[in-house]
Amino acid sequence: MNGTLIRELRGVLGADRVLTGATELVLYARDASNISGSTSVVCLPTSTAEVQECVRAAVRHGVPFVARGSGTGLAGGAVPLDGAVVIALTKMNQVLSVDVENRMAWVEPGVLNLDLTRFTAPEGLHFAPDPSSQQSCSIGGNVANNSGGPHCLADGVTNSHILALEVVLPDGSVTVLGGEDPEPTGYDLRGVFVGSEGMLGITTKVCVRLTQNPPAVRTLLMDFSSVDDGANTVSAIIAGGILPAALEMMDRLCIQAVEAFVHAGLPLDAAAVLLVEVTGLPVGLDADVRRVIEIGREHGARSVRVAQDEAERLLLWKGRKSAFGAIARIKPNYYLHDTVVPRRRLTEVLAKVYEIAERHELLVLNVFHAGDGNLHPLLVFDRREPGTMERVHRAGEEIVAVSVAVGGVLSGEHGIGLEKRDYMSLMFGPDDLEAQALLRRAFDPLALANPMKVLPSPASCGDVHSVPEGAWI
Amino acid sequence: MDLTAFAESVGASDPVTVSGAGTRGGPMPDARCVAAPSGIVEFEPAEMTVRCGAGTTVNELLSTLAEAGQSLALPAGGTVGGALACGRSDVYRLGRGPVRDTLLQARYVGAQGQVVKAGGQTVKNVSGFDLCRLLVGSFGTLGFLGEVILRTRPRPAVSRWFATTDADPFALLGSLYRPASLLWDGETTWVCLEGHAEDVEAQAGSVSGAREVHGPPTLPVGSRRSVAPTSLRSLTGTFVAEIGVGVVHHGEPTPTGTAVSTEVRLLHGQIKGLFDPTGRLNPGLDVLDVLGTTGGMS
Ligand SMILES: Cc1cc2nc3c(=O)[nH]c(=O)nc-3n(C[C@H](O)[C@H](O)[C@H](O)COP(=O)(O)OP(=O)(O)OC[C@H]3O[C@@H](n4cnc5c(N)ncnc54)[C@H](O)[C@@H]3O)c2cc1C
Ligand SMILES: Cc1cc2nc3c(=O)[nH]c(=O)nc-3n(C[C@H](O)[C@H](O)[C@H](O)COP(=O)(O)OP(=O)(O)OC[C@H]3O[C@@H](n4cnc5c(N)ncnc54)[C@H](O)[C@@H]3O)c2cc1C
Repeated sequence: MNGTLIRELRGVLGADRVLTGATELVLYARDASNISGSTSVVCLPTSTAEVQECVRAAVRHGVPFVARGSGTGLAGGAVPLDGAVVIALTKMNQVLSVDVENRMAWVEPGVLNLDLTRFTAPEGLHFAPDPSSQQSCSIGGNVANNSGGPHCLADGVTNSHILALEVVLPDGSVTVLGGEDPEPTGYDLRGVFVGSEGMLGITTKVCVRLTQNPPAVRTLLMDFSSVDDGANTVSAIIAGGILPAALEMMDRLCIQAVEAFVHAGLPLDAAAVLLVEVTGLPVGLDADVRRVIEIGREHGARSVRVAQDEAERLLLWKGRKSAFGAIARIKPNYYLHDTVVPRRRLTEVLAKVYEIAERHELLVLNVFHAGDGNLHPLLVFDRREPGTMERVHRAGEEIVAVSVAVGGVLSGEHGIGLEKRDYMSLMFGPDDLEAQALLRRAFDPLALANPMKVLPSPASCGDVHSVPEGAWI
Repeated sequence: MDLTAFAESVGASDPVTVSGAGTRGGPMPDARCVAAPSGIVEFEPAEMTVRCGAGTTVNELLSTLAEAGQSLALPAGGTVGGALACGRSDVYRLGRGPVRDTLLQARYVGAQGQVVKAGGQTVKNVSGFDLCRLLVGSFGTLGFLGEVILRTRPRPAVSRWFATTDADPFALLGSLYRPASLLWDGETTWVCLEGHAEDVEAQAGSVSGAREVHGPPTLPVGSRRSVAPTSLRSLTGTFVAEIGVGVVHHGEPTPTGTAVSTEVRLLHGQIKGLFDPTGRLNPGLDVLDVLGTTGGMS
């Protein structure tokens, strides 16, 4: 069967854009998570019509298909299972049009996040979602995962910045969801498609909203002798009616790793630092900065460093954004978690995270979007040490459970994918999950678009450890 | 009334409709009418979220939030449930964002009388499909909102309206920093500036011919249209257009027949068919033809 399918795909794309070599298949069988699956063929279409033909061919043969952007996803969303067809959008990477006056642009899904922002910079505009992976992740992947980034605190995550999507639906038909107009008639299908992790179809064009660059920016670093002081400062800033453009936190181990890597002059003896960025018009900006510093001092900030120029500002941000690279120096492997808790519970949950890691004899670093309560506990380890993976998974499970127990959620920006699929029942009851399954069925009655992700199958409900056969962690 | 009682009132079999304050068409005829619970359940200013019954009036909510220096992006005048079900923003959308970004979590009653939870209570959440997006603007055809958690926002220190006949509104969109609203009737431009008093003063000073006014102009009530912002320059007739957004309050009724693709129409049918197989929720209401059924959107 696959032989015919592959022949048909070659007929559509030509032999050079249909990959079947063993090495290539292994590469495309995984994303940036610790999960691997298997694929029988990888397609590299260059147009909507080609994507449509690939989907139609897969559907004719009853073979599942998986959309793939840059493969930087951390939840296994782009991991193909059971030989599914991978449709990689990397060659569809053109910015199609930019409307500067109305601040919108049409782009192909394979455009990289940072490339779009660089492209529109001369016009004083940018694409607001800025995941730490922005140099390599695709806009299509951002849409599918409803990705966030440090600057989503004030401006909102990807869903707030998508106006319309051209999509190939799971039956191979093509349409546009949403529109350039603000209130398209009918259900907000654009809105439900964002964050659907490739399970409602494949995005082939994206109309994004662009954001005006702020007239002024101030970036400051405050350091604390306890994590609690830092976390309490975060809550107090929000409670004080200030919504900074970004409000990020790093703890001691992370500070040390980053400092060794970027030499930004971070205080090595601090228990936590807060990176705060305030943007806006000059007078309001000054007032906000003064207030943020005051609040920091009231909560025990030892020192406040205000970036004096753009170079210093970029250096501070480089520290934050290269945290993951820096961590590779401590141990060969890491497992990055992603949960959100109500902001006023930050202190308490962080304490539990340290306790959990200690109990499982693991190192944990925290570098996260504190302003919206989005935790990123990063477990670092060496998987070659016997028994390590079990401890890593148990600790991860406990971190997720602790977050949900205080009224938090399973994921703030990485998505559910395969990684958290079987945790969904921690947050949702059977009726809640059934409603989500109905939405999926309305788009994809045959369940061929990226199957077995996000929604727990009834059999695996509550069985928190199972990963589909053929996949390995 | 709590959620369970609301679910019981919705029941599982006969045709049923839900009413808010009735400012936007209210309930459908020929069906039993229910109303969602009302009242603020929990307001935690430091969290910038509020939990309330969908029957709560937006005005009540706004005055409670104002005591803590906060606000939210729902149009005033009706109920929270009605505002979310219609999904139409007010004239401050340019600066404050659309209604759909407000809803974080919903507990709604489905066609089988079951209470369903969608979304999460934190300001950031990507756990599963985003059913909240589906509910906003669904006019009660997929489920009736019972209780919701909404995102609040800090109230600006100052909010002032200015009008001018000397400035090009499209140029102002580019030169002003994040105005809360920018309206244009073909001659006069109205702009709402928010933030620190001195910044507002300075921004207003940059608008040629600006004089302070009490608020936005009276909006024509013939129709409320949604058009691509690029097409605003070529508007004719009596209108007030939201520049940078694309909502047009027009003196004439909307020309009939908004183009909806076959695929989108099909998806609507499938979604409604699965969520409400017997068509008992707000029977007769077609979200693709809302103008006809709600007697016109002002
Ligand atoms: C070091 C590091 C840091 C990161 N930091 C962040 C962060 O700060 N914030 C954040 O939100 N994420 C972060 N991520 C996660 C990841 O980068 C994002 O989820 C990103 O949006 C994924 O984009 P991608 O192109 O790599 O998608 P992929 O990994 O290729 O795919 C992700 C999902 O999208 C689907 N998909 C991809 N393209 C399409 C399409 N065209 N149509 C339909 N479905 C599609 C896939 O099927 C899959 O389910 C980080 C990852 C790494 C490795
Ligand atoms: C004169 C006037 C002008 C207005 N102009 C505007 C305007 O230009 N733009 C704007 O956005 N708002 C405007 N509003 C406000 C607007 O009417 C309300 O904010 C809201 O949109 C309707 O709320 P309601 O409670 O009156 O809804 P209703 O009219 O009672 O109901 C509207 C629809 O929502 C459904 N519904 C109601 N409650 C629920 C629920 N709990 N769950 C599911 N479905 C529900 C109903 O079945 C019905 O289909 C105006 C109000 C007035 C009085």
